[in-house]
Amino acid sequence: MRPIITIDGVHEVNDVFLDDVRVPLENCIGEENRGWDYAKFLLGHERTSMAGTARSRRRLAQLKLIAANEVSSGRPLIEDDAFARQVARLEIELTALEITELRALSAASRGEQPGGQASLFKIKGTEIQQRLTELALEAVGNYALVNRPTLRHGDNHPLPKPEYSHIVTEEYLNARKKSIYGGSNEIQRNIIAKAILGL
Amino acid sequence: MDLSFSDEQVLLRDSIHKYLNAKYDTAARMRIVASAEGYSRECWQEFAELGFLAAPFAEEYGGLGSGAVETMIIMEEYGRRLVVEPFVETVVLAGGLLRDLGSEDQRQAFLPRIIDGSDLWALAWAEAQGRHDLHDISLRAERDGNGYRLNGSKRVVVGAPWADRLIVSARTAGGQRDRRGISLFIVDKSQSGIDCRGYATVDGRRAAEIVFDDIAISRDALVGLEGEGLSGLERAVDNAIAALCAEAVGAMDELNRMTRDYARLRKQFGAPLAKFQVLQHRMVDMFIAYEQALSMTYLTTLALSGDARERAKAASSAKVQVGEAAKFVGQQAVQIHGGMGMSDELEVGRYFKRLTAINVQFGTPDHHLGRYLQVA
Repeated sequence: MRPIITIDGVHEVNDVFLDDVRVPLENCIGEENRGWDYAKFLLGHERTSMAGTARSRRRLAQLKLIAANEVSSGRPLIEDDAFARQVARLEIELTALEITELRALSAASRGEQPGGQASLFKIKGTEIQQRLTELALEAVGNYALVNRPTLRHGDNHPLPKPEYSHIVTEEYLNARKKSIYGGSNEIQRNIIAKAILGL
Repeated sequence: MDLSFSDEQVLLRDSIHKYLNAKYDTAARMRIVASAEGYSRECWQEFAELGFLAAPFAEEYGGLGSGAVETMIIMEEYGRRLVVEPFVETVVLAGGLLRDLGSEDQRQAFLPRIIDGSDLWALAWAEAQGRHDLHDISLRAERDGNGYRLNGSKRVVVGAPWADRLIVSARTAGGQRDRRGISLFIVDKSQSGIDCRGYATVDGRRAAEIVFDDIAISRDALVGLEGEGLSGLERAVDNAIAALCAEAVGAMDELNRMTRDYARLRKQFGAPLAKFQVLQHRMVDMFIAYEQALSMTYLTTLALSGDARERAKAASSAKVQVGEAAKFVGQQAVQIHGGMGMSDELEVGRYFKRLTAINVQFGTPDHHLGRYLQVA
């Protein structure tokens, strides 16, 4: 295993090398050579879960909290019309996605499998998550420049305030992965074009 | 409208380009950023010897008497190699303020030391409540005998850990958001009563939170007229905005080139990424964004010597146009590089982070859209 440090300075992914590793026969899942079929079925669920609407709801509340604390032209940023409109627009988009999700759940409860529409959740869900980090970056003003250092045991130096700003830029950078992983959003659009629209 | 460069300007670009190719490649930059100081004194001295630091100053101080176009050329080339040394802070901002507002004594004392690479400067303007507004100042300078006493703090002062001296914007009269009553002071960073806490920024530079605890400064530290500092400060920051836009344009050009090279090389589903039409169109949009950003950078650079309203309008236009281009190009360069784009091992991420930081410095595109509406 070789650690890969990502652009946000964090270690969460690795190169994994398998060099002549022995695996017992009973560890084979399902039938031999049908792995991709199984994976495709599972990926449909993965994409659906990538909608991440509940987490985005929480992030939206955090964003509003930041905007209530930050000052712009002598008043809370949340009262700045241009900023508030962007937050409202995102909230509406998120609400629509929640309802789209409920429609899919309702269909699933009737026994229908998630198909190409799972790609919709992946695309829209990750776009909303990325937009939330963009607005948080905007909200913290000059503090978006601050880089949170990798803390080591025994470190004891204060970071510039305010505390909620410490990871805003890190999260913005990290969120760029969302439109790449789990099948890039370009691939998801190809899937919808083919599987749903028949193009 | 003649937008071509003179022979001297082409030579200047070549000389920076050659120097940076030889001395400031990826490995060299990474060493500089990871060093204890975080910048290279040696490179800074060489910038001085090659005359880059002398460009915008009059010959009587040791300068070359060049203008904003030369600064643009230097910054565009710095942007291509992600140079971290504080050219904007020292030469464009502090040097520009001393040149435009400073007394003859101040110019003679400080400009030669900027030009020969002896001193580094930083501009301490931002405050916690002020966001991107230059005039939102609560740090106070009160008359005290033959000088002043400074009390208050400045936030995210870019380049401050490296600086020998600061120019500090302070309130000598009026309320926190009044446009009148703002004065600019030269402050020696080593003076007691100054608490300067440095930290790294996302783009591999350094910034600091600075607290001024009742520090005494002499009357000759005042730059320009007491209470009338804002217009000069706005001019200096518009100069810096033009310089940062040129830097962004250089960085975007490199990022676009890297992305195209990668797309030609990397195969997916049996074909190079460059063959997928959706990515071709994306890269076309990145190219268009770059071209539009370059145009707005030219316009702003040429407007810097004009009247204040036109200058402000152009600088804010550039912040919007270049900033949105930088965001789009940066994000899509990462996207097209896929998982590799997320890795810190590639250069893409470092360009993306610098472009992200430029968009924050002196106001986001959204902030400048608001300023554009006010001045236009």
